[in-house]
Amino acid sequence: MPVFNTVAEAVAETKANTSVIYVPAALAASAIFEAVDAGLGLVVCITEGIPVLDMTKVMPFVRERGARLIGPNCPGLISPNQSKVGIIPGNICTPGKIGVVSRSGTLTYEIIHQLSTQGFGQSTCVGIGGDPIIGTSFIHCLSAFQADAETEAVVLIGEIGGTDEQLAAEFVKGGMTKPVVGLIAGQTAPPGRRMGHAGAIIAGASGTAAEKMHALAAAGISVMKRPADVVPLLKERL
Amino acid sequence: MNLHEYQAREILRQHGIPMPEAAVAATPEEARAIAARLGGKVVVKAQVHAGGRGKAGGVKLAKDAAEAAAHARQILGMTIKELTVHKVLIAPAAEIASESYVGIIVDRAAQRPVLMVSPAGGIDIEQVAAQTPQQIHRLAIDPRFGLLPHQALGLGFKLYPNLGQARAAADIMVKLAAAVYAVGASLAEINPLVTTPDGSVLALDAKIVVDDNELDRRPEIAALRDASAEAPSEVAAREAGLTFIKLEGSVGCCVNGAGLAMATMDLVKYYGGAPANFLDIGGSSNPQKVVNALKIITADPNVKAILINIFGGITRCDDVANGIVLATSQFPLKVPMVVRLTGTNEREGVAILTKAGYSALTDMDEAVMQAVARAREQTACASSSTRRPACSSRASPGATAPSTPSRCWATAPRSWLASHPAKALSCSRASCRCSTRWPRRWRRPRRTLR
Repeated sequence: MPVFNTVAEAVAETKANTSVIYVPAALAASAIFEAVDAGLGLVVCITEGIPVLDMTKVMPFVRERGARLIGPNCPGLISPNQSKVGIIPGNICTPGKIGVVSRSGTLTYEIIHQLSTQGFGQSTCVGIGGDPIIGTSFIHCLSAFQADAETEAVVLIGEIGGTDEQLAAEFVKGGMTKPVVGLIAGQTAPPGRRMGHAGAIIAGASGTAAEKMHALAAAGISVMKRPADVVPLLKERL
Repeated sequence: MNLHEYQAREILRQHGIPMPEAAVAATPEEARAIAARLGGKVVVKAQVHAGGRGKAGGVKLAKDAAEAAAHARQILGMTIKELTVHKVLIAPAAEIASESYVGIIVDRAAQRPVLMVSPAGGIDIEQVAAQTPQQIHRLAIDPRFGLLPHQALGLGFKLYPNLGQARAAADIMVKLAAAVYAVGASLAEINPLVTTPDGSVLALDAKIVVDDNELDRRPEIAALRDASAEAPSEVAAREAGLTFIKLEGSVGCCVNGAGLAMATMDLVKYYGGAPANFLDIGGSSNPQKVVNALKIITADPNVKAILINIFGGITRCDDVANGIVLATSQFPLKVPMVVRLTGTNEREGVAILTKAGYSALTDMDEAVMQAVARAREQTACASSSTRRPACSSRASPGATAPSTPSRCWATAPRSWLASHPAKALSCSRASCRCSTRWPRRWRRPRRTLR
C-alpha cells in the first residue's frame, strides 16, 4: 500500500474520494481540515474526544467546500458486501433492505446483530456519531434512505441530549413514506450528567428520552422499548 | 467540568471583565480577614456545584467582618443538594440599580457558540426562556471572526438605552466570547450583570462549564477540578480512563460503548431491576481496564450482582475475558456475575471463561434478566441470614440454563418471558421461581471445590 506525506498528494496520485480519520482527538480537527481541503467529498471521522469548539470551526469550512462529514465519534458506515468505511464489523451485517442510522457504536452493532440473525438484511448502516456537533444529522440520512431504491424501512437509534431526534421526527412526519422504527437510549440516565458520549446529556429539562420517544411516536414512528423489539416492530410495519 | 464561582470569576477578571474584588476562604478566620480588608457590607457565598444556593441558605449578607465570620462558620460544612461546602466566597455587597443576563453557550443546532442576553437577570435563564422568551436575545457567533464589535453593541442596546452602559456591556460580551475560546468553555455565564447607582456596569456572578474534551490540552484548567465535589468512585474511574457515573440501584453494569451502556441500564429497568452505575470501558482492548472496572463496581456496597455486557467490535471478547479472569484472581467476587459476550473473538473469549470455571451468555436480554434476578436473590439472602448459604459467590448459575428444571424461569421460552418480565422474575421462595432452589447439579461442584 503506498504511503504519502500529505492527503493532497494522496488524492492527486490515487484519485481517492473518501477519507477516514482515526487521528487522536487533539489533532483530529486539523485532519478533517486537511481532508476537506484536499477536495475529498466524503470524510468519516471515527475519533472520539474532539473539543466541541474545534468542531465549531470545522463545520463552516466543511459546508463551504461542499464536503460531507460523517461523525466525529462514530463507527462509520457500511453497505454489506459492497463497501465499508470505518469500524462496523462486517461479519455481523448481511445485505438486505433495512437502513440503519444511529448516534451510537456498539448499540448499533447490537441492533444490526438482531436484524441479521432474524433474517432482516441491511441496505446501509450509518453511525452519525455521539458528539454534540456532528457533520451529518438524522435528517440527512433519512432523506437519503427515502430516496434509496434498495431501502424499504429504516431503523433510527437515538439517545438523550439535543433535539436531533425531534427534528428527525418532524422530517418523518412531513416527507417520509417508508416505515421507520426508533429506539432511544438513556431512559434511566440522570439529568445533568454526560453519559459517555459528549452529546448524551440532559440539559435542564430538555433532551430527555421520554420527550424524544413521545416525539417519535407522535410522528408515526414505531418506538422500541428495548433493542430486541426491533424485528417484531419491523414485521408489523412491513 | 464545572468550575466554582471563584474560579470562573478569576478567569473573567483575567480577561478584563470588571468585577468587584473578592476572595475565597476555607475557614471563618480567613473570611473575617477578607471581609475586614474589603470593608463595609459583604456577601458570603457557598462554593458548591449546585444551583439554588441562595434558597438553601448558602448565600448570606454580612454587615461587618465579625458577622461575615459567623456566616462563614455556619455555611462551611453545610450540605447543599448532597454536596458539602468546603469554601466560601467573600465579595463586597454592591449597590444594584438593575440586573441583566449575559451568557454564551455552544449551541448544538446552530453548531456555533450562541451569545444570549436578557434584561431579565438575576434569575435562572431557563425560567426566563420558558416564561418570557421574548426577553432573550440571541446571536450566533462566527468562530472565524469572533464576536464583532457592532454585533456586541447591538445587543448592548438591548440591555441598556444609555450609550455608555451599552458600550460597557458590549465590551464585556466581547471579552466573554474571548474567554470561552481561551479556556475551552461549553458555557460561560454572567448572571447577574448589574448596573450600580453611579452608572457603572459590573459582573457580580460567574459560571463556567469547561468541555471535558479540552482538559487534555489545558492542564491549567484541568488543575481547577474539585474532586471533593464528586463521588470517590467517579474520581477513581476517571483516573483509570473509564467513563463511570454512580447511580442508586443494585445491578453493577460494565459495558463497552456509551450507547450500549445506556441501553443496558434501560433494559435492567425494563426487567424490574435498577442499575447501580453507568460504566463504559471504551473501545480499547486492554484487560487491565476490565480489572479496574470490576474493582470500582465491586467497591459499591449497593451492588448485588454484576452484569458484563460486551458487543465486540474493536473491543475483543478474549481481551475482556482475560480481564475478567485476571480481576477475579486478584479479588474474589462477593456477588454473582453474569457475562454476555458477542462479536469479535467471541469464541476465544467464551473458551477463556469456561476454562476458568465461568460461563458466558450471548443474548443481551437473557443476561440482563439473569443479572436482575441474581441481584434480587442477593438482597433477599442478605435479609434472611438462615438462607445465606444458598447464595453463591461464583459465576452465574444461570449460565448453565439448559440444565435447570423446567419449573424455573430460566428455561421458559424467551418470547413468554419477554411478555411477562415481572412475572418471570418474581422471587417467591415457596413456589421456587428463582434459583434459591437451583438444581443440585449446579451446586455440587461448588461444594467439591471447597
